[in-house]
Amino acid sequence: MLRIISTYLIGLVFGIGIMMSGMANPAKVLNFFDVFGTWDASLIFVMGGAILVAAPGYWLVVARPAGKPLMGEAFHVPQNRKLDMKLIAGSATFGVGWGIAGFCPGGALPAIGTLNPAVLTFTAALVVGIFTAKFTQNLTARRANSAAA
Amino acid sequence: MTTEFTPFLSLFGGLLIGSSTVLLMLTLGRIMGATGVLAGFLQPTSASDWSWRAALLAGMVTAPILMTVVTGQPPTIQVPVSTLMMIVGGFIVGVGVTYGAGCTSGHGVCGMARFSPRSIAATVTFMIFTAITVYVVRHVFGV
Repeated sequence: MLRIISTYLIGLVFGIGIMMSGMANPAKVLNFFDVFGTWDASLIFVMGGAILVAAPGYWLVVARPAGKPLMGEAFHVPQNRKLDMKLIAGSATFGVGWGIAGFCPGGALPAIGTLNPAVLTFTAALVVGIFTAKFTQNLTARRANSAAA
Repeated sequence: MTTEFTPFLSLFGGLLIGSSTVLLMLTLGRIMGATGVLAGFLQPTSASDWSWRAALLAGMVTAPILMTVVTGQPPTIQVPVSTLMMIVGGFIVGVGVTYGAGCTSGHGVCGMARFSPRSIAATVTFMIFTAITVYVVRHVFGV
């Protein structure tokens, strides 16, 4: 129960951060990227502020003598360090979508609480996109397996 | 549509995002990536894995409600794009973050904070492609 309550509160802090920062405001997000138009540089402070805390924070947390999280068995940190085409093409695709809609997943999820129709539309389309990509990924993996067999 | 330059509010929001990221790693040992949290919530592997994701998402969704109650006005959301663009953009984001294994929070904050080469490459890539897309949409097509 303590695990659920603390995780809920962490989500709340993240959500307040997102809402205050402007990441859930598509006009602000798109203006950040519109250097040759109605530029608004605010969002550089969001990523800057977040990394300013997260970089030393992560280092301190993972360096703890116990070597594991307070309420979990192990740190689930991605170990993959290889740069591949899937990562780059996927990220480029994400960029195109972000540039069209002005919402990224982290910006949209807390904003669901506003019941703003644009947020709900974006999130529904986002979920369809995730499932579509999972489906095609499985298809490709199955083809590769049957080709190997 | 112009927006107000809000360096202090954005910085403070960023500090909160960073703090929640560190707290999630400290308590559960998990990455605060919206894509990963949502994908695991939609396709759960076990009850205990699903429950923390559900709690985290519930907390996120509560944020604007709490802020509306405390400040007396809802957080500003200005949407300068059409519904069709939301649908198309949302779908493309969903495909992209699944193949790219992360988004602004997972790669841009968590991954950058642990100096992951994959996340740095991903972040540079999506920032460039978002900027190009905004340029093309606004200044080539004039939307």
